[in-house]
This record gives sequence, C-alpha cells and structure tokens, in this order.
Amino acid sequence: MDFQVVVLAGGASKNLAPLVSEEVPKALLPVANRPVLSYILELLESSNLKDLIIVVEGSDAANRVGGWVSGAYADRLHVEVAEVPEDSGTAGALRAVAHHLTASDILVVSGDLVTDVPPGVVAATHRRHGAVVTALLCDTPISGFSEGGSLGAKDKAKKPARYNIVGLDPTRQFLLLIASGAEVEKDTRVQKSILCSVGQMEIRADLMDAHMYALKRIVLQEVLDQKGTFRSIRQDVLPYLVKTQLRSDVAANESSKVEGLSSTFTSKTNLTWLSQHREIAPSAFHNGHESDANGSLSTTCTHKCCAYIASRSKYCARLNSIQAFIDINRDVVGEANHLSGYSFSAQNNVVHPSAELGSKTTVGPQCMLAEGSRLGDKCSVKRSVIGRHCRIGSNVKIVNSVVMNHVTIEDGCLVQGSIICSNVQLQERCVLKDCQVGAGYVVTSGSEHKSESLAKK
Amino acid sequence: MAQKKVARSASSDDPEELARVPLQAVLLADSFATKFRPITLERPKVLLPLVNVPMIEYTLAWLESVGVEEVFVFCCAHSSQVKDYLNKSQWTKHPSTFSVTPIESHDAISAGDALRVIYNRGVVRGDFILVSGDTVSNMSLTQALQEHKERRKKDPLVVMTMVIKHAKPSSTTFLQTRLGNDEIIMGIHPETKELLYYEDKADHSQRVLSLDRTLLTENPALCLHIDKQDCFIDICSPEVLSLFTDNFDYQHLRRHFVKGLLVDDIMGYKIFTYETHSSYAARVDNFRSYDTISKDIIQRWTYPFVPDVQYFGFGSQIRFERQGIYRAPDVILSSSAQIGAFSFVGHGTTIGDHSIISKSVIGQRCIIGRNVVIESSYIWDNVTIEDGCKLTHALVCDGVHLRAGVVLEPGAILSFKVEVGQKLVIPAYSKVSVLPQPCKQDSDEELEYADTTSGVVESPSITSVLNAQNQDLMSDTVDATDSDPTEVGISGVGYIWSVCEGEHDEEWRFSIAPIPKEKLEKFSRGSPDDYDVINQDECGIPPYGELPPDSDGTEFDGGDGEDYHDSADFEKEVEATFLRALTGVNEENVILEINSLRLSCNMSHSDCAGALFHAIMKSALAIPYSNNRELLENTVKEIKTWKNLLKNYLRSQDEEIEILLKFEEICLETTKEFRPLFSSILSQLYDMDILTEDAILSWAKEKEGADESDKIFVKQAEPFIMWLKEASEEEDEDEDEDEDE
Repeated sequence: MDFQVVVLAGGASKNLAPLVSEEVPKALLPVANRPVLSYILELLESSNLKDLIIVVEGSDAANRVGGWVSGAYADRLHVEVAEVPEDSGTAGALRAVAHHLTASDILVVSGDLVTDVPPGVVAATHRRHGAVVTALLCDTPISGFSEGGSLGAKDKAKKPARYNIVGLDPTRQFLLLIASGAEVEKDTRVQKSILCSVGQMEIRADLMDAHMYALKRIVLQEVLDQKGTFRSIRQDVLPYLVKTQLRSDVAANESSKVEGLSSTFTSKTNLTWLSQHREIAPSAFHNGHESDANGSLSTTCTHKCCAYIASRSKYCARLNSIQAFIDINRDVVGEANHLSGYSFSAQNNVVHPSAELGSKTTVGPQCMLAEGSRLGDKCSVKRSVIGRHCRIGSNVKIVNSVVMNHVTIEDGCLVQGSIICSNVQLQERCVLKDCQVGAGYVVTSGSEHKSESLAKK
Repeated sequence: MAQKKVARSASSDDPEELARVPLQAVLLADSFATKFRPITLERPKVLLPLVNVPMIEYTLAWLESVGVEEVFVFCCAHSSQVKDYLNKSQWTKHPSTFSVTPIESHDAISAGDALRVIYNRGVVRGDFILVSGDTVSNMSLTQALQEHKERRKKDPLVVMTMVIKHAKPSSTTFLQTRLGNDEIIMGIHPETKELLYYEDKADHSQRVLSLDRTLLTENPALCLHIDKQDCFIDICSPEVLSLFTDNFDYQHLRRHFVKGLLVDDIMGYKIFTYETHSSYAARVDNFRSYDTISKDIIQRWTYPFVPDVQYFGFGSQIRFERQGIYRAPDVILSSSAQIGAFSFVGHGTTIGDHSIISKSVIGQRCIIGRNVVIESSYIWDNVTIEDGCKLTHALVCDGVHLRAGVVLEPGAILSFKVEVGQKLVIPAYSKVSVLPQPCKQDSDEELEYADTTSGVVESPSITSVLNAQNQDLMSDTVDATDSDPTEVGISGVGYIWSVCEGEHDEEWRFSIAPIPKEKLEKFSRGSPDDYDVINQDECGIPPYGELPPDSDGTEFDGGDGEDYHDSADFEKEVEATFLRALTGVNEENVILEINSLRLSCNMSHSDCAGALFHAIMKSALAIPYSNNRELLENTVKEIKTWKNLLKNYLRSQDEEIEILLKFEEICLETTKEFRPLFSSILSQLYDMDILTEDAILSWAKEKEGADESDKIFVKQAEPFIMWLKEASEEEDEDEDEDEDE
C-alpha cells in the first residue's frame, strides 16, 4: 500500500501529570507493562505498514522514544523519529515532517491509541471513496470500572462523556459534520447545503474521533501551507475539510497544481461522489444536479470526507487522561486482553514465572504481575497491574490499580484505584484511594490519601 | 387541568374503556391561509374540485376507510357553504357507522382557535385524528394508531404522532419540494422516532442550522431530515386540545404547537413520528401541490381514490381509458380534437375541432372551441373557452369565459366567472378575480372574506375598474404593463390582482407552473458560502413593499423588523405619506400616520422632522422654476404651507438641529440645486419660527470642529450666524425687534 504513516507520539503531556516525566514521556507510559506506543506500532506492523515517522515533542522525549524504538523494533520497522518543539500541536508536528512525506496518502495516527481496529480498513475506506480525509470513529468509551465497587456504580450513573459531535450520511460512510473540543458543548451548527445534498443527516454525540486519519498528502500539505494558524488536526484541519467539502478549495487548487498525479481526482471524483451519493441517497441529487454535473458543477469542486466507524466489538481507546490510563490498563488485562500480547492463565491473569508470591497471597483474575516482583504473605491483588521488580510486603491489598516498576510497598498498605509510578516507596500502613503517585515519591507510613496527586516537588 | 388528568388516567389505566371510544377525527375545513386566493374569496378551499371532486371528499373518504367513526368538520370561512355541502352529500344522509358533524365558528382565525372551540364543545373523548380538509391520502393508519396507543400506555406524556413521508425527489434539491412547501427540517430520534426538532419556516438565507446543545446532551443520536414531508396528519391525544386551551397563544399547529412543545422541557410532552412508506399522503397547501396532487390522482397513486372508482356517489361512470385518460361517457369530442395522456374530461363537456388537450383536467359542462390548446391546466365546471385560446399551466375556475384568442401564460389563475376579452394575454403568475383585491392584512381567509366589501383596495397598484359595467380596459399598472392596454379585455370582467411585492419572488414557488429554468439553476448552483459566514444581509431581506396608505403599520412588527426598517425606508414612507398630504389628505391624518409610522419603526421625533423636511424640500423642487430666485420662492412657499405640520415634530432643539443637518445633507448629496440657497433658506426658516436661533447657533458651534468639507454651509451662512449672534446679545433688551427685522 502506498501509505506513509505518521505517528504523533506527543511529549510530556500535561494532562497526564504526574505520570509522565522527562524520563517517561507519554508514549512510553506502560500499559500492561508495555509502552503504550508499542500497541499502535504492532498494529501497524500487522497491517504491513512498516514505513513510519514518529513525531515526538521535545528533544528529551524524542531521544527516549527513539532509543526505545530502535531497541525494540530495529529489525522489524523502518522508523524515523522526528523531533518537534513542545506545544507545536498536531498540525504543527505534521508541518514539521511534511517534507518527508512522499506517498500519495498519509495515515496519521495518535501514538496514544490502543485499539484493535486494523489501520488497513481505514486506509481501504479512504481509497475506495477517493476521499480527502477518512477518520476512524469509535464508540465513546465508558470510563470508570464496569463492574463492582461503589466507585464503579458512581461512574456508571454518569452519562458517558461526549468527545465529538459527528454528522453522518444515511449510509454512515461520509462525514458531514464534526465538532470537537469546546464546540461540543455549544449549539451544533449544521450547514444546510450539506444537509440538502444528502437529505438526511444522522447526528451522533456518542462517537469519538479515534485520531486515526487517512489523508490525501497533497491536500494535507496544501492545507498546512495555506492555513498557517491551524494547530490541531482534530480541531482545525479536519473540521475545515469537512466544512468545505461541497465547496472545496483544496480540490480546485490541487487539480491545477498536480495534473499528472491525480488527474482522476478532481474531474472524476466530483462525478463519482455525486453518483455515490445518488446511489445511497437517491433523493439527494436529482435531475437538476445530474444535468449540472457536466456544466455548472465543474466550477464548484467537491471533495469527500469519509468515516470508518469501528464496530462495537472492537476496542478503541486513547490514553489521554489519567482516568483513561487506568481504564486502558484495566481493559488490556481484562476484557480486551487479546491486545496485551500475553497469554493469560486459567485464572485469567498473567503472573510472570519469576514473580514470587508469599503464602495466602491471592492474585485475582484480570491481573498482571511482571517479572521479578515479589509479594509478601496474605496479600490480595485484584484487577491490577504490577510492574517489574516490585517489592510488596505482607497484608497489602491492591485493587483496581496500576503499579509500575521498582515500587516498594511495605506491609499493611491499601492501594485502591490508584497509579503508583516507578521507584515509589509506600511506607507501612499507607492507604491510597484514587491517587496518583509520581515517580520516586515516598509516601510516609500510616498516611491516608484520597483523590490526590502526589509528586516530588 | 382537572379534565386533563381524568382523561389521562382513563386512557392509561383502563384500556378497555379506551377501546370503547369510537375513533374520532377532527377535520379542519379551513386552512387559515390565503394561498388559494382569490378563489377562496368565493368558495372555501375544501370545496374546490380536485380532479373534479371537492377536496373534502378525499379526506372524508379516507377517514372512513381508516376506520374513523365520528368526524367533526370544523368550518369557519364560508361555513354555510361547507355545511350545505355536507348536508347534501351522502356523508350525512347515511349516518350508519360514519357520522359527520359540522362544527361552526365565525371568529376562529387559526387552527389553534379551531381546536379551542372543539375543546369547549367537549365532543372529543379519546385519541383523535387531526387533519385538514385538503388531505389526500390512502394510507392505513392501523399501525400508526397502534404505535401511538402503545407509546401512550408507556408514557402518558406522548401527545401526538405525526405522519411523515419520504419526500419524493423533485427536480431540484430539497430547497424546493415538489409540493411547493417550505423546506422542513426535522430532527428525529433514530430509534424511538421521537420528534426532537422541527423547523418549517426556514430562512433561506440562513446557511447554517443551529441545533441547541441540549438536544444532543439528552440524545446521543439525532437524525436530521430534510427529505421528509410533513403529511399534516396527526394522531392526537385529547391533551392536545387542552394544551391549546391552556396556551391561548398557540395558533399554528406546527409553528406554535409543535415547536412550543419541543422547546418546552418543563411539561415534557413528546411528539413522535410515523413514517409511511408505500402509501400516499399529501396536503393541498398551495397551487403547486394542487397541480402535483392532481397529477398523482390521475396517475392513480392515490388508488382507490381515483376518478373512475365509485367510492362516493360520483355522478355516473367515468371511463378510464388507455394512457391515463379519464372521460365521461357523454363528452362530445370532435373527431379532430386530441386528448393527450393523463387527462380528465368531465360530463357534458364539448371539445371543438383541432383542439389539443394534454395533462389537463376539464370539468363538467365546459365548452371548448376550436384550435384550443390546453396543456397541464385545470379547467373547472361550466367554463367556456372560445376558439384559438392557449392555456398552459393555468387554473380556470367555474363559469370563466375566455373569448377567442386568449392566452394564459404559465401560472395564471382565473377565479370564478372571470371573463377575458379577445386576444388578451394574461401574464404569467397573475391572478384574476371578479372581486377586487382586498387590502393586505395578514389575517386569515375568513376575516378577509368578511372584509372584502368594505376593504376594497385603495392600493395604488390596482387601478383597474370593474370592466363589466363600463367596458373599460382591464389593465393593471404592475402586471399588465407589457401587454398593450388597448387590446386588453374588451368585454372582460375581472381584476388582475397585484402581487404584493414581498411575495413576488416567491410566486413561482407556489405556482402551478413548473419552476422556471433560471430558478432551478440558481438552486442547483446554490452558493454554500464559507462555513462561518452567514450572509444575512445579502438575501435575508424580503423585498419590502410600499406600505399601503391605510395600513396601521402592522407589517412592521415582528422581531426581524429591525434589520431592514432603517431610516432610508422610514424616510420613504414619510415621503409617501407626505405626498398624499399634497393630494389633499387631511393634515391631521397625515400627522397621525406619521406618528404611527414613527412608533412602529421605533424612530424618534427628530427622524420624523428630518424626513418630513426632506419631503417638503423635494416637493418644492418638483415645482418648475427657471432660476434660483424662483426656486427660493417656491421653497419658501412650500415650507410656509407645511409649517404647522413640520412644527408638530419640532419638540426641542434636537429636532431643529436634525433639520439643519438634513438640510445640509440634501444640499450636499441629493439635490445640489439648493446649494447656493442654503443661507437664504436658513434665514427664512428662522423667520418662520421653524428654527430658533439657539438651534442654529449650536449647529454652527457643533460644526466648528468639523472637517473643512463639512463646513461649506456654515461658512455660507456665516453672515447670518454672525447677525444672529449679535442679535442674541441684544435679545435681552428687546426680543420682538429681532423678529421684525
């Protein structure tokens, strides 16, 4: 496939403090004891997309990601790691690597995506329709624990968060409207011309833009060049393309600029686009348009924006918040454990052979215990992930939590719904509920914390 | 409220009792609209023939077929005609399982009023079907009724189920449906089919549709449809009536009631939709839908409600022949005449030699001469068409007489008993009636009907006179300018109604005539502007017609008024009013009119003064003059004449300054003739006590800091101002002397 892949790995995202640090950029945050970036890379590899550019914000982060990638994927993928300044935004990141792009279509993927939707289907949809942009949409994940616990019940009562408002044609193939970010909470503005041309628009608030886009390179470069103020693909580029689809500047410019490469594009696309619409929404384009297809429509260019909606059975989530971090870790060792790449035991958990468990210590289902970790007596681990070489004392209870590497948890601690970063020390009888503990932090003995973010100054 | 609760508990708790209630229907035999004028001035819309059968027959027959047992026919406009018709019809003759009861009211002006009347009668006991008397349908309501009942069992707040239908593709986009309705945008829940959003009065200039955010917070998904047609068939719960009674400002069924319920989240009433797929349902709302539905009937989409099926004592047999031709057996057809496909010819009609009829409906006892061409037209009963006439896309009512060689251009409507003189060309989209056009009022049909005798037009656009008496020319300043007036309508009877300017652009939309090519092109090209540019001022302004002289300014109200009633328009209005004062209207009336204009346009006294002054100056200029001196004399005379009128608005110094500024503006921009006379007229204005010295001085003072270009007139008037200044110093001593000088 003539697709080039750009993975936007981000940098030290502020949303994820205190989990991320200079040592651990967002892309390397562990999900079931693997960097989150590895999920998307392996997915791309399985779709035979091996030519990638990973864009990282910040030089430290870039070095670390580069180091990890070259170590882990040296022989498997052809990866180039590009570094962009921090806060350059997704569009800025693409702008920085634009001169590296040569393929006719570009697949832009967010590095924090954990999914089992093959990128190939998005690419195929993109190609099939000759679209300018194709976005992967998935169901909005329901955050919080889906089972058990008072905490879970509370979260379930809440309505699922809304990330995007999406307008689709009746066949759900074309993207007619997208609102994201702050726009979601405002009144939705629908362009009448688009509504008129399809007749019926389904507006959904329960879909999420998964940040996997297939884009036509020429159009992408065009837009990035012309719209210097565009910072984000999600908030600027995609809405722009969607909104101008019936009156395309990009298609017009493109045809004049690149005649050889996409001679089929402008002239034919208009017609196929129309005919496709007519096929699917027969009432949408009538004789009036048909006769115009030869005449007046050649002056107004159209381009297509498509959507691929992942089926409900597919897993699709983005690690872009602390809650998402817990959720994804839970899911990857739980209901979506095929993603983790580990083989689960009969008890539906993964306990590394080198891990040591004390007497009367139980590790429940949907748990993961990585190599070299040691648990004392009478411990209980439920629905949690414990990293490498952790030292855990006796009578420790760990529920719904993520414990990273080299963590020391002393006797009698209770850890619930929390994230414990690497090299943290929890002294005796600590109680942590819904907390995040930054790397290297020491929680003093006997202290109790609830819904706090603890990090070294 | 108490009644409502009783009704609700009865319907939800006791399904057996519900079952015992016979299915009732409310038929509104009044459209509360004026789209069928001038025809509806003489006959109610529901009795107008649709393929030779009054519309109400279709509705009643359909209601009977869907199992309705009691129909309440609400009649208002021409109620006696409707009642007479019903009394004579077979519906009331055999009151077996289907009873038709007329309910009469004379003061209802809207569907809301009608439903309030029906509520007060207390005749509706359970769920009922609400239709208007112009509905043509063959759909089965069984499933819709069942769905409605089931929903109501679960949720007593469900008050209505609206029948919708996929809009048939039209020749252009949805901006123009084939029924000539406004586009309707509906937001429907994809699974429950609950109606969440309804917009029928869509502003065409508005390129972006704004959905309230709460719509999407409450519903994860919403289907926006522009491809659905509202059939105006509603299955209502009894609460609908009480809701109308509670909210006495609900007038229009859709605009007020449906939208009102949708935005009202306190009561939480819900409206659902039911989509019918294969069956026919449409409403004759305007001339275009009249045309479309007639064709659908002829093409048998409405089966069994087609002319050759004897579903309602329909005279004698109509034969259905090949190519969709319906012909009564006693038609006298010349052997050389041709009847083309999809036509209907009624009883006793005679068609002469070499006449060609295609896609048309011809009623009973018509006499059609030789070499007549009738294409896509509707000829009602007892029409005489003499030789050589040509009719395309026209509607001709009962008793019309077209003399030889008349040409009806597309979209022409000839109301009852109109006579058109020889070789007259009736221009496209014109409406001709023997009744003069009533003055424009935005009330309902019925009221205007009552008014027609008193409210006879004073409007300048109608200058034609009743031709029957004086054999005068039937001409019209607006519509017939292109046809030679000397040829128009020898021995004709009727007035050509003027199209009020606001509707002129829209006329093609509702007309029988097909949409003109250029409009189609305009639509298909339709310029979807940049997404964030809503160019409201470009095309959102309806062409603004001259205010009829006797209007009380009601047209100015409404929230969207502000945009275009700017001072220029206001000025024009004032000028028009003033011009009529010139023609001899009482000065007091003029003051009254200007005052009401001022209030309705939200203008100040100074605006009035300025505008009036402008008008006076203009009229002065209109008097012929040979040199500046004469012009000055004329002006002074003119100002003197209207001094009192003008003074009426000069409440304070501000108004006087406004006049000065206006005067400057006139001299600078519009009429340069006054330029050299500025200072002389100024001093005259002062002499006539129109302007006080304080005003003039403060005007001069104001101008001191202005640009040089702004100061031409101040400079010109400098000697006068200087004199004034000096005078004011002496003023203390002797005031009266100043004036004598």
